[in-house]
Amino acid sequence: MSDVLAVAEHRRGELRDVSFELVTAGAELAGDGNLHLAIIGGDVDAFAEELSLDGVDTIHTVAEGDEFNHDVYVQAVAALYEELAPTYVLMGNTVNGLDYAPAVAESLDIPLVTDAIGLENDGGLVVTREMYASKVESTVEVDADNAAVTIRSAEWEPTEAAGEPAIEAFDFELDESRVRSRVTGFEEVGGGDVDITDADVLVSVGRGIEEEENLELVQNLADALGATLSSSRPIVDNGWLPKDRQVGQSGKVVTPKFYIAVGISGAVQHVAGMKGAENIVAINTDPDAPIFDIADYGIVGDLFDVVPELIEQFE
Amino acid sequence: MKVLVTVKEVAEVEEDFELDGLHVAEQFLEYDLNEWDEYAVEEAVQIAEENDDVEVVSVTIGPERADETIRMALAKGVDRAIRVWDDALEDVDLLDVGAKTRLLSAVVEEEDPDIVLTGVQANDDSFGATGVSLASAIDFEWAAVVNALDLDADGGVANVRRELEGGVEELTEVDLPAVLSIQTGINEPRYASLRGIRQAQSKEIKPLSLSDLGLDASAVESQLVLTDMYEPQTESDAVYFEGEAADQAAELATVLRDAGVGAQ
Ligand SMILES: Cc1cc2nc3c(=O)[nH]c(=O)nc-3n(C[C@H](O)[C@H](O)[C@H](O)COP(=O)(O)OP(=O)(O)OC[C@H]3O[C@@H](n4cnc5c(N)ncnc54)[C@H](O)[C@@H]3O)c2cc1C
Ligand SMILES: Nc1ncnc2c1ncn2[C@@H]1O[C@H](COP(=O)(O)O)[C@@H](O)[C@H]1O
Repeated sequence: MSDVLAVAEHRRGELRDVSFELVTAGAELAGDGNLHLAIIGGDVDAFAEELSLDGVDTIHTVAEGDEFNHDVYVQAVAALYEELAPTYVLMGNTVNGLDYAPAVAESLDIPLVTDAIGLENDGGLVVTREMYASKVESTVEVDADNAAVTIRSAEWEPTEAAGEPAIEAFDFELDESRVRSRVTGFEEVGGGDVDITDADVLVSVGRGIEEEENLELVQNLADALGATLSSSRPIVDNGWLPKDRQVGQSGKVVTPKFYIAVGISGAVQHVAGMKGAENIVAINTDPDAPIFDIADYGIVGDLFDVVPELIEQFE
Repeated sequence: MKVLVTVKEVAEVEEDFELDGLHVAEQFLEYDLNEWDEYAVEEAVQIAEENDDVEVVSVTIGPERADETIRMALAKGVDRAIRVWDDALEDVDLLDVGAKTRLLSAVVEEEDPDIVLTGVQANDDSFGATGVSLASAIDFEWAAVVNALDLDADGGVANVRRELEGGVEELTEVDLPAVLSIQTGINEPRYASLRGIRQAQSKEIKPLSLSDLGLDASAVESQLVLTDMYEPQTESDAVYFEGEAADQAAELATVLRDAGVGAQ
């Protein structure tokens, strides 16, 4: 039995999905213990109502600021930790999670495990996580009484069933002198001439293409299929395609009828953007590439052999 | 001004590999400069080029083998390097974020930088946490997942963009001194020039042990114990097309055509 403090996440007026997944993971981890849920900033009352879910015992609201600020989050979570003395602190392994969870762990002097894909609590915490670009899975045992853990997005089902947690406004005094960063705005990137979210068929190219010159090959395939060309991140990072072609966590979320991944390994941040495609085709030399786990059709082979043959099929 | 950039030599696993207990067997590993750190190094070198009197120092926690990777950073414009290693580190299966933080904090204390650049994540054990943890420990401000940086050293701020999910970027002002974790794509990492490579040979890589840093073996006691390592069960229920490339392509073409894709 352990008490768990989970921290909800929101942005620009909306709760993020991971908040509902944290409830599921938190309730599992707490077992017979208490699940406390912290809501920091934004419209805390509306969020508290939305997060009055099955498994949550108490919601603690901290009405401090509209948006995420890591300095505020670190202080608020530390104060809650002191007050509630939970065994574990659970946060999302999101971009904002990466921006405050490590500081929470460090300032509380408790170990941190990030990007958990499995949690087990029998007398001690055992966490499953991936290593080496998802080629290997490992389990780590936490050799301490307390720990901070971040969970991977979309690994736990979101909790939807309503519950009746107590909702309490947490009495929290912010130390302004320790707020040394200020969010001044948000910007949406993109606005190119191609909308990959609109396409029925996407031919998507990854680092397996090796050289910029070779892009022509996959463009030809896209043309032959009447498809649109998209890509994984490294292609955009290299400046070979504009940012609005990037599929993934920090790019676009696409749901085409066919998504043909050419030389893409299937990193979790890529998959976040395309797992909703109706049909996924993977062409990759590595039979163990994670992309095959979510593919409907697989070709284990060299794209430089397969793609020209495929183009020929459609000429 | 001094910029400290953390540089990790990461292990990449070959396509076919075998596990040896709690490790990937050595012969299946290739070592390289961590992708994210390549961008952090470039960003540091650009800061040095755009401002007067900037020294760029890199720090690596790693065995002697890492010197080769460190030379790559030196060839790209890092002025000098520090490499932390100790017998006590040899037996640690998984160096957790806390232990890395203690080591890097000691280096910061010694070097007294104005800004620290790290990568967002190391591509082998992928904690994605070292930069922010370090910032908290040394009482620097920070920002994670930075994909644009405009440094106003005189004004004591870094204006950054943080790359959030779904194509949204957050604009943030960060007071200096700060630790920034750098995202790929922030710049175009240069190739080392021949001259750079030559110069790198004479640049310093200073080895530091735990005692050099005023630490003892307790500093590297990891609170995370690696207990198992395995290849994930494939959950694939994909239909695989076998044979020569031409056969594979023909079978896929049939599936696509049947679904109305590419049919004129
Ligand atoms: C905060 C954050 C956000 C991120 N956001 C995104 C995002 O939005 N989108 C995204 O894509 N990534 C994102 N990433 C990066 C992600 O972690 C991976 O690094 C990236 O997706 C890898 O791209 P890739 O599959 O093209 O390259 P790699 O992982 O290098 O894979 C290349 C693949 O090509 C195969 N291959 C090589 N040669 C051939 C050949 N001749 N024929 C066939 N196959 C071949 C290889 O077997 C390998 O599987 C993000 C990372 C972080 C930390
Ligand atoms: N052993 C190491 N030596 C030097 N820097 C490191 C080391 N481990 C992590 N880092 C830095 O911290 C960043 C994030 O790593 P991690 O938190 O392990 O994913 C990396 O991109 C490096 O810049």
